[in-house]
Amino acid sequence: MPVDPLYSELRWLPRASLDFQGRLQSLEMAAGPIGAELRALATHALDLNQLNKLAKAIGKAVAKGKSLEPLIPFRLAVLSNSTLDLLGPAMVASAARHGVALDVIQPAFDQVAQEALNPESQVNSAKPDAVLFALDYRALPLKISPGDTEAAAATVRGVVGYLQSLRRGIKAGSNSVCIFQTFAPPAELLFGSLDRGLPGTRRSLIESVNRDLADGVVGSGDVLLDVAGLAETVGLAEWHNTRLWNMAKLSFSDELIPIYAEHVARTISSMRGKSRKVLVLDLDNTVWGGVIGDDGLEGIRIAQGDAAGEAYLAVQRMALELRQRGIVLAVSSKNNDDVAREPFEKHPEMLLKLEHIAVFQANWNDKATNIQAIAEELSIGLDSIVLLDDNPVERGMVRELLPQVAVPELPEDPAWYARTLSAAGYFESVSFAREDLQRAGFYQDNAKRAELQRQVGGVEAYLATLEMAITFQPFDATGRARIVQLINKSNQYNLTTRRYTEPEVEEAENDPDVFTLQVRLTDIFGDNGMISVVICRPGAAATWEIDTWLMSCRVLGRGVEQMVLREILEHARARGVKKLIGTYLPTDRNKLVIDHYGKLGFAKVSEDKSSSARWELLVEGVEPEGAPMKVVSKGFAGLSSANGKVDR
Amino acid sequence: MDELQIYERLTDIFDDIFDDESIKVTPELSSKDVEGWDSLTHIRLMLSIERGFKIKFTTAEIGNLESVGDLAALIKARA
Repeated sequence: MPVDPLYSELRWLPRASLDFQGRLQSLEMAAGPIGAELRALATHALDLNQLNKLAKAIGKAVAKGKSLEPLIPFRLAVLSNSTLDLLGPAMVASAARHGVALDVIQPAFDQVAQEALNPESQVNSAKPDAVLFALDYRALPLKISPGDTEAAAATVRGVVGYLQSLRRGIKAGSNSVCIFQTFAPPAELLFGSLDRGLPGTRRSLIESVNRDLADGVVGSGDVLLDVAGLAETVGLAEWHNTRLWNMAKLSFSDELIPIYAEHVARTISSMRGKSRKVLVLDLDNTVWGGVIGDDGLEGIRIAQGDAAGEAYLAVQRMALELRQRGIVLAVSSKNNDDVAREPFEKHPEMLLKLEHIAVFQANWNDKATNIQAIAEELSIGLDSIVLLDDNPVERGMVRELLPQVAVPELPEDPAWYARTLSAAGYFESVSFAREDLQRAGFYQDNAKRAELQRQVGGVEAYLATLEMAITFQPFDATGRARIVQLINKSNQYNLTTRRYTEPEVEEAENDPDVFTLQVRLTDIFGDNGMISVVICRPGAAATWEIDTWLMSCRVLGRGVEQMVLREILEHARARGVKKLIGTYLPTDRNKLVIDHYGKLGFAKVSEDKSSSARWELLVEGVEPEGAPMKVVSKGFAGLSSANGKVDR
Repeated sequence: MDELQIYERLTDIFDDIFDDESIKVTPELSSKDVEGWDSLTHIRLMLSIERGFKIKFTTAEIGNLESVGDLAALIKARA
C-alpha cells in the first residue's frame, strides 16, 4: 500500500479499541447524553467501515431522541458532482471527533447549480449553517487550449464566475457560509513538465482556478478547504482512483475518505472556534534527544548535522512557528526545574528559549496533574490543549484522566514527530487576525511555574490497567553490560551515584555475601527493559548496607521502588538479615531522591550539613504497600520460595 | 488458499460491511438476498475484499459478479 498511513490511517490517533463494537452497542442502553462517549469513540483511527458504524449509531440515537450533548450541533449541506453516500456518514463520525454533532443535508446526485441557484431548493430552504461545495475538477467547465493564453484566461474567468454564481445563489437563498474546495488536478498530463508552465493545459488551468479561488475566499467570510493540498500531500495518483470514478462516481480513493472527512470536520469545528490554542511539550526525547538529568547538557542531542538532533530541532522549529501564529507554548516534564531549564538557558543549539514558554512545569508529579495546573494558570479549557510526549504511558494516562486534552500518538522515529503533529491538524484555523499574533505574547510570563492543585483522580486505577510485570534477578553475565551502563549513567534516581567498572560489577555478581538485584519492567506498551539496579553489601552483624539503589526516571510514579523494597526485604529475611541501612549522598542531580528512604518507611539515623544522610529499617514485621503489578523473581540460589513466584 | 478459508474470511468481511451476523455466506448468496446490498455497497464490499485478500479485480469483474460462488472462484484463481 503506497499511501502514507500517517494520512490514510490517521496514525496520530490511537487504534480503535477491541471493544469498539461493544461500546457502540452499549450506546443504545445509555440513559443520559451520549456526546462524550461518541467523541471518545470517534477519537480513534477509524477506517471507513468503523466510521460508517459510528455514524449509524449516531443516527439511531438521534432518531430515538437521545441527547448528543456536549457535542455542538452543526447543519452542513453538501453539494457535489460525485457520489456522497460514503462521504456523509464519514463526515458525521469524524465531526464527533471534533466535538460537533453534524447533520448532513445531501440533495440528489449532481444537482449543484439547481440547489445553489433556486431559492426554494432543498438546501436553500433548509438554511444550513454552511454549504460545502464538494466539487472536483470534472464539475468545472474546463476547456483546454494549450498555448492559447487568452482562451486560458477566459476559461479561468468562466470557472471562477461559475463558482461565484453558486456562491451568490446560496447567499441570496439561505445566506449560509460557503465552504469552497480547491481542485486536485488529475495525474494525467498532456505534454509532461510543460503542462504546468503552458497556459491552457488542464494542470495550468486548475492551478489558476485554485489561486483565484484561494485569493477570493480567504478573508471574505467564506471558508477554504484545501483539497488540492491534501491530494498533493498523499499523492495525486493515490487520490484519483479512475476505476472508482467509472464504477461509482466517487471522485477520490475510498481509502482516503477518512482523512478527507477528518479535514472537513476540522474545518467545521474551527468555524465554531473549537481549534486548539496551547501546545504542551514534554522535554526529554521530545524536544531534545536523551535525558537531560542523566546525559547532561553535553549529552543531549539537538545539534545541527546530527540526524537524531535535527529531528528534535524540527519539533522545536514547528513549535516556534506555531507560537509565531499565536499558539501558546508550555512545558510539562518530569525533571528538576533547574535541570530542565538549563538547556533553554545554556545550550547554544536550542531554538526554544524560556521567553517562548508561557508555563514551565518541571517536577515529578504525574502529567495529568501538571496539565490541569497549566490549564488553570492560563485560564484556558482542557479542550484547548495538545500534549506532545514521546512516552506512551504518559500519553495513555493523560488520555484516560483528561480525555479533553488531545494527545497525538507518535511513531518510534523522532524524524516523523513534527510531521505527525502537523498531520493531526489540531491548530486548524479558518481565519487569521492580528489578535491571534498577539495571543502568545499575552499569555507570556517568562516560563512561570503554575500552582499545583490536587492530584487528578484515577492515577492508581490507570496504573492498574497497564498490566505491569516486574522481574527480579541477581546480577548475571547477560545483564552485566546494561547494569554497568546504568550504574555509570544514572544521575537523578540514584541514591549514592557510586560508579563501578565492569570488573567491579562482576566481582559483586560473584561474591556470595553481596546481594544484587537487576529489575525489569514490562507493560501493555512493551518492554521497558532494565529499569533498576540494587547492590546490598554486608555491614555490621546481620545488617545490609544498601550501597547502590538506582532507577530509570521513565518508570517513576509507578510504585517500582516499593516493589523493589519488598523484594529486598524478602531476601533479607531469608538470609537472616535484621536491618537495612540506606545512604543518601547528595549531588547536584539527585535531589529527587532526598526523601526516598523516608517515603519507604526508613528512619533517619544521621544527617550532616551537606544533607548526606543515613537511614535504617528494621526488617522484622515491615510490609511496605505493594503496587498493582505481577512479580516474577528468578535466578536466586537457595531461595526456593521466591523462584518463579507470582504474586500481587 | 482453500475454499473453507476463503468463506471464513468472506464471512468476516460481510459482517463488517452489512453489520448483520445473521447473513450466511454461501455460494448461492447474491445481492437480492441481502437487505442493503445495493450497487454502492457492492463496490464497498469488493474494495474490502480486495484489501482483505490483497488482490485486485478489474472493473468488468466487479460488474459481472452474480453470486458469492462466482466471487469465491475468482478469489481462488487470484489469491
